[in-house]
Amino acid sequence: MDIHEYQAKEVLANFGVAVPDGALAYSPEQATYRARELGGERWVVKAQIHAGGRGKAGGVKLCDSDVEIQEATEGMFGQKMVTHQTGPEGKGIYRVYVEAAVPIDREIYLGFVLDRSSQRVMIVASAEGGMEIEEISADKPDSIVRAIVEPAVGLRDFQCRQIAFKLGIEPALIQQMARTLQGCFRAFTELDATMVEINPLVITTDNRVIALDAKMTFDDNALFRHPHVAELRDKSQEDPRESRAADRGLSYVGLDGNIGCIVNGAGLAMATMDTIKLAGGEPANFLDIGGGATPERVAKAFRLVLSDKNVQAILVNIFAGINRCDWVAEGVVQAMKDVGVEVPVIVRLAGTNVEAGQKILAQSGLPIIRAATLNEAAERAVGAWRNDLSQGTKMGVAS
Amino acid sequence: MSILLDRDTKVIVQGITGKMARFHTKDMLQYGTKVVGGVVPGKGGESVEGVPVFDTVEEAVEKTGAEASLVFVPPPFAADGIMEAADAGIQYCVCITDGIPAQDMIRVKRYMYRYPKERRMILTGPNCAGTISPGKAMLGIMPGHIYLPGHVGIVGRSGTLGYEAAAQLKDRGIGVSTSVGIGGDPINGSSFRDILERFEQDDDTHIIAMIGEIGGPQEAEAADYIRDHVTKPVVAYVAGLTAPKGRTMGHAGAIISAFGESASEKVEILSAAGVTVAENPAVIGETIAKVMEAA
Repeated sequence: MDIHEYQAKEVLANFGVAVPDGALAYSPEQATYRARELGGERWVVKAQIHAGGRGKAGGVKLCDSDVEIQEATEGMFGQKMVTHQTGPEGKGIYRVYVEAAVPIDREIYLGFVLDRSSQRVMIVASAEGGMEIEEISADKPDSIVRAIVEPAVGLRDFQCRQIAFKLGIEPALIQQMARTLQGCFRAFTELDATMVEINPLVITTDNRVIALDAKMTFDDNALFRHPHVAELRDKSQEDPRESRAADRGLSYVGLDGNIGCIVNGAGLAMATMDTIKLAGGEPANFLDIGGGATPERVAKAFRLVLSDKNVQAILVNIFAGINRCDWVAEGVVQAMKDVGVEVPVIVRLAGTNVEAGQKILAQSGLPIIRAATLNEAAERAVGAWRNDLSQGTKMGVAS
Repeated sequence: MSILLDRDTKVIVQGITGKMARFHTKDMLQYGTKVVGGVVPGKGGESVEGVPVFDTVEEAVEKTGAEASLVFVPPPFAADGIMEAADAGIQYCVCITDGIPAQDMIRVKRYMYRYPKERRMILTGPNCAGTISPGKAMLGIMPGHIYLPGHVGIVGRSGTLGYEAAAQLKDRGIGVSTSVGIGGDPINGSSFRDILERFEQDDDTHIIAMIGEIGGPQEAEAADYIRDHVTKPVVAYVAGLTAPKGRTMGHAGAIISAFGESASEKVEILSAAGVTVAENPAVIGETIAKVMEAA
């Protein structure tokens, strides 16, 4: 689960990380009021969306007056912001964070991630702050400093000093740097984060170490033990279909294609999408309905896939292991009757009692196109979609 | 021989009184697995499918001589259950549970390393379908009947995609020595490399099928190992060609975040290491058959 910058800053501040003074606003008027409350002569207004790359997209503006704040935020509220991380549909701006500007001397990149190679928490830092880590890795790989945290003893002070010296930080600031690193690490482990990123961490002209930006991602599997973190969820930043799916215990990712997929198991779901692509089509979604394909789950899946208006054919691929194909077939038939599916449906069943399952599908009287293998299913789905396109109408195909 | 699990391996089931665990205990017993006990704190003295239940893994091991454990414990308590197994002297543990916090798994792995290598428990999973040595024993939730006994060693992250591969092999009359699920989580007990090492040493395994997916470095690490240490032919398939960058595809670990983690990059790295890559999940069985004929 992602959270907003202002939320991440509040979380990190509670762990001793220094952040600029700031306040949240829900309207341009509130933004100017907040700036006056904060005081000073220069402010930064920042669009709050769950994505990086806001600066380049015009989501971060430096302002010297009420008028400038009013103008800058009027251009933000209610807009969809598109950055390299949002996808073409963008993310809506409903909250703006107003901060007192700080005088910057140096910018540093600082990230905490779960390193899958060492299977431990890894700190990644670079003296080239402000750039995206992908750019730093590509352009200045030598500037990257890494440290792995031993889980039995946690982050040690010597590691903090080592990182700070490698980044060329002045000895007088090492303590502040260590406090920042320790604060981030404690927040990471105590709250079950999977990512903490401060980019940039700045050294001000008056020698303070401050987190100018902050991003945190939390482990969905651990939210049960952090109710305060779970409350920070902002559904306006999520794809509505994906949130709906998640609320129903289904794993769904919306894509740009036209062939909807309903599959049991994440690996098989990805493999099914790949086969559609190889057959010349484009998958409309990733959808894993879980190992046991119960009729209720299949019905939910049909509704979810059909809520995407681009879907012109649906491929159902179920490997019935523990449950039987005849049972899954009954579920598919029931779900199609209940939901009222108007696009061609291609069903491929495999596993236990496959013949009985096929028979149920054939005798259902529903326009179901049956397939015996994964390849055949993908080819028929692509064929049905093409046919549909050429006719320009929704059609039913009896098999 | 098969790897990790044989017909004589004595097995306990942690969390045996749960609905899913009961079902699969019965299934495993029918398959011929020596399930000798179960563990549920506070339910010692009960029995499930004729199998005695104990309060602790320690007691179960003491009374039954169990060597392997299957963990069905719910996610908040699963890490603790795995550590309990490691502490009690269980040699091989399969964790089925999906949804264990990643940092719990970091602690599990650290905990397992407190034991010297010869006494260190082997863990596969979490979030996997388990391990089966066809015709001998099954430690997991897979449908046993789709596997024929034979000489192909299968290692994969995904459950149903692994079934797909096994079923394609069965259709061609090709059997499996052992099939191991390493699971879809970012922090897992055993990597592809760990299992490849065992298959390489197993006389019963003549060819290895590796079923990977997007995300993480373990396929690339396996490629390095195969190039330098594996003499047996290896066939691979990598799922997720169509997966967009930065999105989690079902499995917590199936997310592309760095170079070498996309399907096409993994295919390239594996091919360069001499692995025969099936381009399409529908031809995994066919590709294995061709490589076997050529070998």
